[in-house]
Amino acid sequence: MRPEVALPVLLPLLTGAVSLLFWRARPMQRFLAVAGNVALLMVSLWLFVSTLSDGYVTMQMGSWPAPFGITLIADLLSAVMVLMTAIIGLAMGVYSLATTGRGHEKFGYYPLMHLLLAGVMGAFLTGDIFNLYVWFEVMLVASFALLILGGERAQMEGAIKYVTLNLLASVIFLTAVGLLYGMVGTLNMADIALRMDEAEHTGMVEVLAVMFMVAFGIKAAAFPLFFWLPASYHTPPVAVSALFAGLLTKVGVYAMFRVFTLMFDQTMGYLQEIMLWGAAFTMVTGVLGAAAQHEFRRILSFHIVSQIGYMILGLALYTPLAIAGGVFAIVHNMVVKTNLFLISGITHRLQGTYQLKKMGGLYRDRPWLAVAFFLSAFSLAGVPPLSGFFAKFVIVRAGLEVEAYVVTGIALAVGLMTLYSMVKIWNEVFWKSLPEDNDVPATATPTGDDGRLLKPSLWMMYSPVMVLALFSLLIGVLAEPIMWVMMGIGDQLFEPSGYIEAVLGASASADDVLLQPTGAAEDQPEADAGETAR
Amino acid sequence: MEPLMAVAIGLLYATAIFMMLRRSIVKLVIGLMLLSNAANLLIFTTAGMTRGAPPLIPEGMMLPPSGVADPLPQAVVLTAIVIAFGVLAFAVVLIRRAYEVVKADDLDKMKDTDT
Repeated sequence: MRPEVALPVLLPLLTGAVSLLFWRARPMQRFLAVAGNVALLMVSLWLFVSTLSDGYVTMQMGSWPAPFGITLIADLLSAVMVLMTAIIGLAMGVYSLATTGRGHEKFGYYPLMHLLLAGVMGAFLTGDIFNLYVWFEVMLVASFALLILGGERAQMEGAIKYVTLNLLASVIFLTAVGLLYGMVGTLNMADIALRMDEAEHTGMVEVLAVMFMVAFGIKAAAFPLFFWLPASYHTPPVAVSALFAGLLTKVGVYAMFRVFTLMFDQTMGYLQEIMLWGAAFTMVTGVLGAAAQHEFRRILSFHIVSQIGYMILGLALYTPLAIAGGVFAIVHNMVVKTNLFLISGITHRLQGTYQLKKMGGLYRDRPWLAVAFFLSAFSLAGVPPLSGFFAKFVIVRAGLEVEAYVVTGIALAVGLMTLYSMVKIWNEVFWKSLPEDNDVPATATPTGDDGRLLKPSLWMMYSPVMVLALFSLLIGVLAEPIMWVMMGIGDQLFEPSGYIEAVLGASASADDVLLQPTGAAEDQPEADAGETAR
Repeated sequence: MEPLMAVAIGLLYATAIFMMLRRSIVKLVIGLMLLSNAANLLIFTTAGMTRGAPPLIPEGMMLPPSGVADPLPQAVVLTAIVIAFGVLAFAVVLIRRAYEVVKADDLDKMKDTDT
């Protein structure tokens, strides 16, 4: 029994359910939003520490032995993702207190937030491919509801695209799971990995690999499947945008890392080229899309796409170092991207708009906000010594090692283009003076997204921003120990036998009991028994 | 049985994609519905179809006799049906709300957030 694997999933489910019980008690829901996420962070830290010492932490749900029951497993990758999710969740919990209007709180904003976190955590921790689908759906349904909370026209339009494409991706994923089950007869990912190696190599393996790639590619917003993202991420309340930007696409990327290193590692030779160019085009189209935009959140949305390219590039280069770099990019991006969205929310409150042309003068008025933006934005662009530099450095180095010069060159050029976009925001929002015709609200009166007055003041918005900015700086300063963990992830993902052993080996004894008939069932031929039990 | 199912599933996928490519959002949702049904039938079929052999273990034995139906895909399909139903309910409410704000059942009129 290792309860720390299950707790990151159970805790947000529990806090979500309890906040549903306090449907009308707004203060209680707000308290739970922070307290629940603090507890979640503690549990995630616990999981991270025990994964760091043991390598793998597993738990069989309902004590059913591995290939039959549902396995929860945390390797280093899962533990790191869970920890980052908990950090982002806590930041969002605090930030939401200040930005969520009463209209949103009344319709279950906080329970939905907890449910979304539960879905994300479940997706990171499950060791069962169908269970992964279920957690994806939990996460999606929560995100659908959060996306349309408020019901404005833009939200509806964005939601229709978001819902359609994500459901399409889910169905492709489900179809692939069905075909995979038909082929190998198991849903446990470790067991699938074993049987994939034994299975006779027909074209079906490639078909399945491509189906998974397309399904997760849509969810991760990779080229050419990303169009739903910039069409929808800028429409909901800013806290929701930030939460989505930090977490949702990364779950898709995580699923890609998991599936292609564990189950379809033998198809990588075939898919590598496709993935490599997909990553390159994702980076380039994302950054070019951003260059054409003049709305704060739309620029950031396109940059999500561009950054996804780096993560997939890490996977596509397919060496332990490249995978370490890809995961580094995920970690760095979760912090920085969320923070940039949070900052856009503060500037929106201060100046009443997201249009860059109408903003200005914030460097003079709010120097500390400018510093926080500077740290996050230049980290995104990959300026040393901030977190983004090291992520990019590792990926570029891995790219040069396998002599993928063109793609590596593209990655570097995209870094420059990112800098251009970030400098554009810096110039327009912070540096230039405020345009004459902008009617800035006289005081920075906190109003919710529904326009009603809110009590909590700006410090609740500032504190998560400052903490995350500091965090991004810290990742840069402490790059060596972090890189040590990342290399551990790279080695673990590259050597899936450890994962398979952690899932199946522990339950081998229980397996024997079930497979070998005892007593009255002695007449059952053994080989036949093994066959039917599968 | 399998060839018949294969044809039916193929037709369902094709119809679903065709419906999703129409401009009307109502047809879009019908397409989504058919698509999830197609996927469910596919899981059911690929896992192997067995007739009249429920996976029950006779008393005193640890394992069912060979040749019984595999219960797992049925559990999977059941879960998928429930999820698809929930999501469909959401989608229906969404298109109703979208119709109220946009005042049109036309995807071409919903591109304000695209540029």
